[in-house]
Amino acid sequence: MPGNVGRAMLGPFADQAAVDVLNHEMGTDRPVLVQYADWISGFVTGDMGMSYAYRSPVAPFLGTALLNSAKLAAVAFVLVVPLGIFGGVIAALYRGRPTDRILSVVGLSATVVPEFVSGILLILIFGVWLRWFPISATWADGAGPLTQLYHLILPAIPLVLILFGYIARMARAGMIEALDADYTRTAVLKGLSYPQVIWRHVLRNALLPTISVIATQTVYLIGGLVVIEILFHYQGIGSLIYTAAKKKDFPMLQAGVMSIGALFALTTLLADLLYARLNPRIRFGGQE
Amino acid sequence: MTDTTPALQFENLSVAYRVKGVSRPVLAGVSLEIRKGEAYGLVGESGCGKSTAAFAALRYLPRNGAVTAGRILIDGQDIGQMAPPALRQLRRQSVAMVYQDPGKALNPSLTIGRQVQEVFELAGVPRADWAARTVEILAKVQISDPQLVMGRYPHQLSGGMQQRVAIAMAIASNPTLLVLDEPTTGLDATVEAEVLDLIQHLRRELSTAILFISHNLAVIARMCDRVGVLYAGRLVEEAPTAQIFNAPQHPYTAGLLSCLPQAGRSKDQAPLATIPGFLPVPGEVISGCVFAARCAVADDLCRSTEPAFRVADGHASKCHYPERAGALPVVAKAGATLRMAEQAAAILQIENLSKSFGDGDQRQRVLRDIGIELRKGETLGLVGESGSGKTTLARCLLGLLQPDMGSELKFAGEPLAGRTAARTRDQVKSIQIVFQNPDSALNRSHTVRRMLERTISLLVGLKGAAREARVQALTQGVRLTERHLASMPRQLSGGLKQRVAIARAFASDPQVLICDEPTSALDVSVQAAILNLLADLQAETQVSYILISHDLGVVRYLSDRIAVMYLGQVLEIGPAETVFSGPHHPYTAALLSSAPAIGDEGAERVKLVGALPTTAQRPTGCVFHTRCPQSIPGLCGSKAPPQIVLEAGHVIECHLPADALPVRG
Repeated sequence: MPGNVGRAMLGPFADQAAVDVLNHEMGTDRPVLVQYADWISGFVTGDMGMSYAYRSPVAPFLGTALLNSAKLAAVAFVLVVPLGIFGGVIAALYRGRPTDRILSVVGLSATVVPEFVSGILLILIFGVWLRWFPISATWADGAGPLTQLYHLILPAIPLVLILFGYIARMARAGMIEALDADYTRTAVLKGLSYPQVIWRHVLRNALLPTISVIATQTVYLIGGLVVIEILFHYQGIGSLIYTAAKKKDFPMLQAGVMSIGALFALTTLLADLLYARLNPRIRFGGQE
Repeated sequence: MTDTTPALQFENLSVAYRVKGVSRPVLAGVSLEIRKGEAYGLVGESGCGKSTAAFAALRYLPRNGAVTAGRILIDGQDIGQMAPPALRQLRRQSVAMVYQDPGKALNPSLTIGRQVQEVFELAGVPRADWAARTVEILAKVQISDPQLVMGRYPHQLSGGMQQRVAIAMAIASNPTLLVLDEPTTGLDATVEAEVLDLIQHLRRELSTAILFISHNLAVIARMCDRVGVLYAGRLVEEAPTAQIFNAPQHPYTAGLLSCLPQAGRSKDQAPLATIPGFLPVPGEVISGCVFAARCAVADDLCRSTEPAFRVADGHASKCHYPERAGALPVVAKAGATLRMAEQAAAILQIENLSKSFGDGDQRQRVLRDIGIELRKGETLGLVGESGSGKTTLARCLLGLLQPDMGSELKFAGEPLAGRTAARTRDQVKSIQIVFQNPDSALNRSHTVRRMLERTISLLVGLKGAAREARVQALTQGVRLTERHLASMPRQLSGGLKQRVAIARAFASDPQVLICDEPTSALDVSVQAAILNLLADLQAETQVSYILISHDLGVVRYLSDRIAVMYLGQVLEIGPAETVFSGPHHPYTAALLSSAPAIGDEGAERVKLVGALPTTAQRPTGCVFHTRCPQSIPGLCGSKAPPQIVLEAGHVIECHLPADALPVRG
């Protein structure tokens, strides 16, 4: 990112000498690679450096922001995963019938609506017009969990809308494959009732591929919320990165991006482990 | 048996599928009866409605399928009238089914134990007894260590074991009717023989009636008491097994039988009979006999009036002239009866060919010191169970896999590089392949013409009129017409697609053509036509074939010499007839006796113990000694066997003295 850090902090009218001194103090006059090496070595040892903008360590800011984002993501996750899977399963069971068509069309349409459109509409309808929900996601200090939840519902809905289509579609495809599989036929011909067939033999095989999709989308939930957090004035990792970028607060920006990257790797790993746990075919070791 | 209610009864059954709003009949007025304890075989080519009949018997038709007329009775009960709970009860207790591809029939994410005990749960067995009953039933299907298998997942078992488990689940409730839909298709010959033995053994033990569906006539001949022949959704002939096979009274049955490459027939004598034409499209309105269009003995009566089902001495046939069927003229084209000169020059020499995968401890030798010579214009058959390295050998020859150091390949006397990229253009052109499944071998989005043109341009470098002439020549060579050139693969039947694949392989005028199971995806009548085509092309072009097939009849028909492979080694090689007649290697004897053949039902089978070892645990000494019925203790397990040369070109690797080698008899 181009730009002079010292100039940005001291403003356009500051003396060039003062800007140079500040840049030298912070080390921002050094070559970029040197700066990065310095910073990354700190990051891996837990020292995320000092924020240029706040003149204080990055870590506490990042911690609060991550926690806030996690709360929002959790609300959205808890809403969308069961809904998406349920929608996909229902669509598959009523394959080709109106229920399936409606679910697929609605799900896909919602997916392509950008969150700033749905977010603004939601704020207008439920926040401004109906006044059911607060328009800001930020709650007063010391608010209890229920109040926090109340604040988070509205911002979570655009996320739910976006992810529902993906998850439902994967779940539907997996279900259809499993329903058509020979082992499902075996189960029916054993004389199991339809709910038993679905519950014992179809669901587990059907939802395996969906797990991977949910995992990658979870990261999006935590890391990709810039628009939502700005729109709803929420102090999450998205708005932190956005502010840091505006202020050329590189340590903050880098720490934020790096944390999201680490989270991505972690979530994917967890999803793979879960997948392996549920799928005996890729379970390694100790079996033979 | 005192209870005379049939186990299964089709009364004038018609089934139709709705495709794009149009109803297409698949079964039309089929009536048959299976008595309690009887094994009834249903044969016919694909698309005849065999599987539809099987699923109809369990009332498990696809969503778009429906019974349009007639009734299905199981043990006297009309299953069409059953409410869902009664139907479930029926499936729990009275009918069961085993189908092709056991690997897919078992739930991949549940242990075998859970899947099997579910049957007992449904039968109302107290929970405490489930485990014991599961062990008992698994032991009944001759699984030697039930406890161990119960904890396994399906993918951890071999195909034969999986099918045993599927059979165990099916017989656990001691059903009145057991439907077996191609239960051994796709299994190795030795495994198939084991599974068939098991089914016969169980039949003696249980009183279950069996509806056995197979396209393999020899399997049906071995397993069934009575046989029904389906053609275009109609039962055209029905009789006790021996009568069907010895004195067929319908030209279709007679045609099917004469298509089979059976013992003693080879390309040198006469081409195989074929059934010309195609199965009528479902829904096509046919006046007269459905088979008339393809029948060699049909006359005007056949084309105008549908024959009645005539029964005489328990032998029923839907033909106006049942007495003519047996005397069906075999379509005897002027065949290529050119016998290859015994000592033609070698075109491909393989010496010390080895191929390993992996490194260090994981290193597996899939091929070990193969030495084979392929002569010009001859067919070399490669046989052996899956895992014996046949396909790996083919891939090494094509240059798709790099053989290990020290392997030596020679083509027309010149050294042949391991990888295609390092070979000369002429060498690449000269070694081509025809795959098993033409569906996946042909590009779905190209027309036949485009595929041929591309191959010609790439390999031969012809353009314009010269290329067009070559396309025409190839098309005519594989008996396709101009019309087919504009088609996409999906518009062609399996047999036509395989012709296109063969034309493509011949585009560069190869000298060696590797045919990897070229007909195993095809029906017998189509198979016969393809085998004839391959034989004709060989006579015309002097091409050499390496034929990989698990169907010994096919191998015997087409091959001049046969190599028998086991765990990546050649145990026996020799002229086709002597390999078949013996004396041969004990493994060859086992392979031959495990393949069911018509007229061979009573023959004693050489049984192999245990499963094929993996190349990772290659036995010491003779690789086959762990399963060999004639293994010599102390010798075979420790010392590599010597080569016995029986006559010129017939070599066997075995410790047995030459006069102790098994002979077919």
